Amino acid sequence: MRHTESEKTVKKNVRSAGRGEEVIYVRGLKKSFGKKDVLKNINFEVNKGENVVVLGKSGSGKSVIIQCLVGMISPDEGELRVFGEEVSALTEKQLKKLRIRIGFLFQSGALYDSMTVRENMQFPLIRILKMNDQNEIDKRVEEVLKSVGLLDSIDKMPSDLSGGMRKRAGLARTLVVNPELMLYDEPTTGLDPITSREISNLVLEIQKKYKTTSIIITHDMECAAITADRVLVLNDGEFIAEGSFEEVKSSKDEFVSSFFK
Amino acid sequence: MADEVLKGWRGWFAESGEQLSFFKVFFRNLFRSGFEWSEFVRQCYEIGYKSFTLVGTTAFIMGLVLALQLRPTLIGFGAESMLPKSLAVSIVKEIGPVITAIICAGKIASGIGAELGSMKVTEQIDAMEVSGANPVQYLVVTRILATTAMVPLLTLLGDVLGLLGGFVAINVNGNVSLFLYFNKCISSLGFSDLLPAFIKTIFFGFVIGFIGCYKGYNSNKGTESVGLAANSAVVAASLWIFVIDAIVVQVSNIIIY
Ligand SMILES: Nc1ncnc2c1ncn2[C@@H]1O[C@H](COP(=O)(O)OP(=O)(O)OP(=O)(O)O)[C@@H](O)[C@H]1O
Ligand SMILES: [Mg+2]
Repeated sequence: MRHTESEKTVKKNVRSAGRGEEVIYVRGLKKSFGKKDVLKNINFEVNKGENVVVLGKSGSGKSVIIQCLVGMISPDEGELRVFGEEVSALTEKQLKKLRIRIGFLFQSGALYDSMTVRENMQFPLIRILKMNDQNEIDKRVEEVLKSVGLLDSIDKMPSDLSGGMRKRAGLARTLVVNPELMLYDEPTTGLDPITSREISNLVLEIQKKYKTTSIIITHDMECAAITADRVLVLNDGEFIAEGSFEEVKSSKDEFVSSFFK
Repeated sequence: MADEVLKGWRGWFAESGEQLSFFKVFFRNLFRSGFEWSEFVRQCYEIGYKSFTLVGTTAFIMGLVLALQLRPTLIGFGAESMLPKSLAVSIVKEIGPVITAIICAGKIASGIGAELGSMKVTEQIDAMEVSGANPVQYLVVTRILATTAMVPLLTLLGDVLGLLGGFVAINVNGNVSLFLYFNKCISSLGFSDLLPAFIKTIFFGFVIGFIGCYKGYNSNKGTESVGLAANSAVVAASLWIFVIDAIVVQVSNIIIY
């Protein structure tokens, strides 16, 4: 009897995930590397149009979580649905389709350093969206570079850009294909406070303008304060706190509140 | 001690398996639609054209030295007139292809290993993959095909300049016209000499690109792994070149004689 009941709840979850409200739905995610259990029991969901900030110590597995979401790392256990599709069950082709809908901003920006900024932007347009009208491509590239304030550097090589510019160029390259879901891995780390604030506001602007859903991994409290609709705190392989920025900030838990000092 | 030997062998087998599956990935992507022509041409330029001077100079000097060394021996046998023939056979059949391939292993395989290795470290390959593009098709297929096409061409250049070096050495002492010299060289080589020599350069080219890509693409994410990728690419590619050389010579001897 119990058994069928639990089956029912699982089925209900499947349906609710399929409704399109929840862009991400994760239950019981586990991942270890060798003997090290990095993620022990991760449960969360992200709704459409929401900005969710993930806080956690360095090495706690924040990057691993978002890498699982795009199928770069396969989890040991757990349900993991993105846009209602179970990531581990996808074929290579389906995974590719899913990835096209997701923008992934790497910690380092990950610009292709043998190409100019312009070519970096064109790369996904030509190869992923299969655009071939050069005018249209140029227009799109210029529009996106303008929105991150890099139009002047369009013909520079990545090695000639500063750290902040590289980060913005990386952001522009992920945005150029108009992803529905953005995963930001520490978008402001290593930048000065002013540039950090600019990037954080940019993240917020993007959410408003394109109605994207986002997960933002950060150590930067100001970035979290600006961008977060909801905050999740990761510790020891589990999320130990969840709520709005203010709620989490005023948490009684010693570990959680230590982030805000 | 025994443990370590065992571990070494296990590592060797594991790596062979990985190389095999990398080959399968390469092969699958080779025939996928959307071949990256412009990147292929760029790689041919980077790999081929930029190695012209190095290969040419080295081959010229090798030919020159070889002629200078062979000459006294042949005079001892009273067979000085055999010099062009012995040069032609040794350069075209063995020295040209192998020297060119070893130089290319040093320059090209290490270059590819370092380039892809650093793309891996700086997450560029991950970024390409996660964006839904195909890094194997863009980075690996183009490079392997470019080396497979360019190493035979570079070998041809090496052969010609090596023979030219030999000509210069001969002319220091004697007096042979360039036309007569090349005529003698070419007439001493048959189709059964040229074909195996040509075929092995294709394998050399493939293995240089393949090992370079394999080592770079599968390197770890630390900064030191870039150097390691470049280094191990040269070592593995050079080893493969000698193994292929031995196999091709054996097989072609069996087929021809
Ligand atoms: N591909 C991998 N192979 C082996 N171990 C890994 C891999 N990726 C991550 N790890 C390990 O998992 C742990 C969590 O790494 P992760 O990169 O997710 O940390 P993080 O929370 O993003 O830290 P940071 O804030 O420094 O980026 C680390 O101990 C790391 O060594
Ligand atoms: Mg990280």
